[in-house]
Amino acid sequence: MIAEFLDLAFISGLMGATMRMATPIIFAALGEILTERAGVLNLGIEGIMLMGAMTGFVFTYSSGSIWFGVFAAACVGMLLGFLMALLSVNLGLSQHVSGLGITLFATGLAMFIYRLHFGSPTVPPIIQPFKQVALPVLSKIPVIGPGLFTQYTLTYIAWLLVPALSILLYKTTIGLKIRTVGENPVVADTVGVNVALTRTLCLVAGGALMGIGGAFLTLAHQNMFLIDVIGGRGWVAIAMVIFGNWNPLKATIGALIFGFLDGLQLRLQSIGVVLSFHLFLMIPYLLTIIALIGVSRRAAVPAGLLKPYRREEKGG
Amino acid sequence: MIRFRIIKRKPLPGWAKIVIPIAAILATLILAAIPILLAGGHLWKSYYYLFHGALGTRYNLLETFVKASPLLLTGLAVAFAFRAKFWNIGAEGQLLAGALAATVLGVNMGSIPPVLVLPVVIVGGFFAGGLWASIPALLKTKLKVDDVVSTLLLNYVMIHIMGALLFGPLQQPGSSWPRSSAIVEAACYPILMPRSRFHLGIIISFVAMLIIWFINKKTTFGYQAKAVGTNIRAAHFGGINTTSVILWTALISGGLAGLAGVGELCALQYRLIMDISPGYGYSGIVIAMLGNLHPVGVLFSSLFFSVIIVGAQTMSRMTGVPTYIAEVIQGMALMVMLIFLLFTEYKIKVQRK
Repeated sequence: MIAEFLDLAFISGLMGATMRMATPIIFAALGEILTERAGVLNLGIEGIMLMGAMTGFVFTYSSGSIWFGVFAAACVGMLLGFLMALLSVNLGLSQHVSGLGITLFATGLAMFIYRLHFGSPTVPPIIQPFKQVALPVLSKIPVIGPGLFTQYTLTYIAWLLVPALSILLYKTTIGLKIRTVGENPVVADTVGVNVALTRTLCLVAGGALMGIGGAFLTLAHQNMFLIDVIGGRGWVAIAMVIFGNWNPLKATIGALIFGFLDGLQLRLQSIGVVLSFHLFLMIPYLLTIIALIGVSRRAAVPAGLLKPYRREEKGG
Repeated sequence: MIRFRIIKRKPLPGWAKIVIPIAAILATLILAAIPILLAGGHLWKSYYYLFHGALGTRYNLLETFVKASPLLLTGLAVAFAFRAKFWNIGAEGQLLAGALAATVLGVNMGSIPPVLVLPVVIVGGFFAGGLWASIPALLKTKLKVDDVVSTLLLNYVMIHIMGALLFGPLQQPGSSWPRSSAIVEAACYPILMPRSRFHLGIIISFVAMLIIWFINKKTTFGYQAKAVGTNIRAAHFGGINTTSVILWTALISGGLAGLAGVGELCALQYRLIMDISPGYGYSGIVIAMLGNLHPVGVLFSSLFFSVIIVGAQTMSRMTGVPTYIAEVIQGMALMVMLIFLLFTEYKIKVQRK
C-alpha cells in the first residue's frame, strides 16, 4: 500500500491532476480578484461558470471547433459580467443580492438552453475534448516533468495569466486606477478616474475569465455537460480570493491546494483505497472555512468592496 | 449630451409597498415571454397552461400548496436572517440538516409512544437546522468570518455529510442506492385532505409565518433584530447584545429551513434521498427578496413561485417548453424586483448638458 503511494507514476499523475483540477479555480479566482479589486463582489460567479460550461459545450458541439466554444464561453461571461455591472454599479443595487440573482438566473438559463438544444436524450451528447500537450524539454524532466508539463492548453494559459494579472494590478497605471477605485472610489473620482466605467470593464473582463473557467470543465476535464458540473467551484474560487488576500499568486496557491485534494481523492479511489469519497470531497470546503478564520484577522479587503458608488452620496 | 442620474426621491406612500411587488410580478411574466417564444411555445397557450396547471383543478391547486410549504419556510428563514443582516445563504444546507435529523429520529423511534414521535421529529429537525446555522453565526460574531461565504460553503459540507451517511451508516440495508430506510409510520405527517398530498407541514408553515410576523412586530427581540440589521454599531452602543441577537436569529432562521426539510421527508419522500431538495434553500433567497423580507410578502411570493413551479410542469408537457423555465423565471423575478425596489427609494433624472 505504502509502495503504491510512493510510486513515481502515482506522484507524477497526482501532480498532473492537481494542475488540471486547479485550472478552473485559477481562471475563476483571477476573474474574481479583478472585480473585487475594483470594489465589486461578484457572487454571480457560480452561475457565470455554469453558463460558460454550457455555452462552450453547445458551441463546440455545433461548430466542431473547440476554440470557438472557448470564445463563446468568454463572450457569455462578458455579457453576464455586464449585467452584473448594470445592476450593482449603474443602479447601485446590493452586490450580494445582485450577484446571487445572476447566479440563480444564469443557472436556470443554462439548464433551459441545454434542454432546448438537446432535449432529454438517454445518452448525454459528447464532444471531442481538448488533448493534453506535452511541452518540449520540460516534460522530459524526471518525476515532475510528465505530470506538470503535459497539460491542456487552457491550463498553460491559466499559468500565464497569474503573472499577467499581478503585473497589471501592481505595475501599471491601469492597475493603480483599478485598485484606487476599489479602495477609495471618492478619491478615484476626484483625480478623474471614471469609477463606474472602471468597475464595469473589470466585471466584463472578470466575467470572461469565469466563463472560460467553466468551459474548461466541459471542454477539457470532461467531454459532456452535466447540470452539477460546476459543483460549487465558483464559491471555492471566491473563498480562494479571500484566502489569498486578493493577490493573484496567493489565490493560485489556494487553488492548487484545492486541486491537490480533488486530484488525490480521484487517484485514491482509482487505486481502490476504501474511503468515503464524500468525506474526502468535504475537506476542501472545511479547509477553506478554516482558512477564512485565519485570514479574517489580517484580511486586506479592498476598502470600497460592497459599497455602491453614487456621486451624490459622497462619503455616505 | 443627455445624462442619466440616479437620485433619491421622497418616500413613497404605503400602498406602493403592495403595488410594487405586483408590478414586478407582472413585469417578470412579460419578460418570461422571451424564453417561452425562444423555446417555440405558443405564448397565450403557454401562459394558460402555466396557470391552469397550477390552479385549474382541485388536485393541482392543493399541489401548489404542497410546493409552497417548503418555499414559504425557506423564504421565511432567509427573510428573518436578512432582516438582521445575517446573510444566510445556507438555507439549503440547513434544510438538509433538518431532513437528516428527522431521518435519524424517524427511522429509529419505533419504541416510544406513537403520539410523541412526530413532535420529537419536528423539534429535532428544527434544532438540527438551527444548530447548523449557528456555526456561521458564531464564526461571524466571534471570528469575523464573512457569513455569505461561510454559509455557502457549509451547504456543500452538509451535502457531503449527507452523502457519506447515505452511503454509510444510514443506507438502507441491502440497497445499493444512496437512500435511507423508510421512517416509521408515526413519524409521517398526516394527510389532511382526501385524494391529495395536502399535509400537516403546510399548516406548520402557515403557523410559522404568523409566529415570525408576531416576533418581528410585537416582541423586543424583533425590534432588536431590526436594529441590528439597520445599524449594528448604533444597536451595540444602544445597549443591545448584538452577538446574542445574531445567534438567536441564526437559530430561528436555520430552524425554519430545517422544518422545510422535515416536511419534505415526513410528508413526501418518507426516506432520505440525495436530491430531497431541488434547491428550495436558494429559491428561499429570491422569495424573501420578492416578499420584501416581510412575512406576509414572503407568503405571497412563495405562493407565486409554487404556481410557477407546479404550472411549469403542465406547460412543459403541453407545449414542450423545458421545465427549467421555472428557474429562469425565478432568476428574472429577483432581478426585476431588485430594480423595482430601487425605484421606491431613487428616481432617474435626465439632465441635458
